[in-house]
Amino acid sequence: MIRPAMKIIVTNPRQELEIQGPTRVHQLLQQLDLTPEAYLVIRGDELVTEDTVLQDSDSIEIRSVISGG
Amino acid sequence: MPRHNTSLCKDCFTEFVHTQVRRAIKSHRMFAPDDRILVAVSGGKDSLTLWGILLKLGYRADALYVDLGIGDYSLRSKQKVQRFTDTVAAAYQSKLHVHTVEQEQGAGIRELATLVHRPTCSTCGTMKRYQFNRVAVEQDYDVMATGHNLDDEAARLLGNVLHWQTDYLDKQTPSLPASLGGFAKKVKPLYRLTEREIAAYAVIHHIDYIVEECPMAKGSKLLAYKHALNRLEADSPGTKHTFYLNFLDRQAKQQETAGNIAEQDRQRLHPCTTCGQPTSANVCSYCQMMAKAKAHV
Repeated sequence: MIRPAMKIIVTNPRQELEIQGPTRVHQLLQQLDLTPEAYLVIRGDELVTEDTVLQDSDSIEIRSVISGG
Repeated sequence: MPRHNTSLCKDCFTEFVHTQVRRAIKSHRMFAPDDRILVAVSGGKDSLTLWGILLKLGYRADALYVDLGIGDYSLRSKQKVQRFTDTVAAAYQSKLHVHTVEQEQGAGIRELATLVHRPTCSTCGTMKRYQFNRVAVEQDYDVMATGHNLDDEAARLLGNVLHWQTDYLDKQTPSLPASLGGFAKKVKPLYRLTEREIAAYAVIHHIDYIVEECPMAKGSKLLAYKHALNRLEADSPGTKHTFYLNFLDRQAKQQETAGNIAEQDRQRLHPCTTCGQPTSANVCSYCQMMAKAKAHV
């Protein structure tokens, strides 16, 4: 049986991913090779901190905060 | 917040952001409580957050949006600005000005860039600087504020240092004086805050901004410098803060910047023979650009 996975949207450039939880925010960013300083992690409409544990049932947006100036 | 080695709850984080803005305004004497401020807004996180914070802090801040005519991107960013105006700024009797490039200049920014054989970002920069200054001066605003943040300034400083563009370093200050007639004073009240801190503030306060990047910014040097600085920041928190704020300290010690810039501007600049805005040439770069564009139509 296939386990459900958390749904992740990464912005700029947009990517849709599914990753098995549970995992902490900083581990997720590390796994995706994303610099923590350049992204916010949002669960639903709530901003989550680096040590938050994300579950398979979560919908996550990893939002780039870098703009071209 | 690794650079401050601390974690804050929502209320304390909000107070932290407001304190950084107040500190920036005070330390660079950006404006007084009664001054009329024109905020340059794009629909992005920095400019909408700046507008919102200035209103919350009790300042008289209106905004100007320049519609560049970049297809769906401009449509969506204009919607974000309009929505913020209606849902937030209107309660403070704050006003939005809109300048539509396609309507006023006869073509969108991409078409203008093609006509004058210049990169779109450089054409856009000339257009925005000119229109923001023009509206600020014509509508009697005391000061023009932009949403440039710590990452913008640190990346720009890195670019200037890497290419030893020392002339640009003198003018890289969060407050540029209205050194002569036709020039608006220009300030950057968010220069003490990182992009991530501003984006976090926007999310916490439900500021609905355009998340997607301008399609014209792909491959920009500034983005490459920002990514490089963020990698350094990850290894050594506080790098961007130290890099830019220590530069400002040294700049302030070496010279009384505002006085020098104003003095240099008065010696170097005079009114453009076409539009009257200050320039170091006979005709300013905006009028040269528009003359070239009209010649190709």
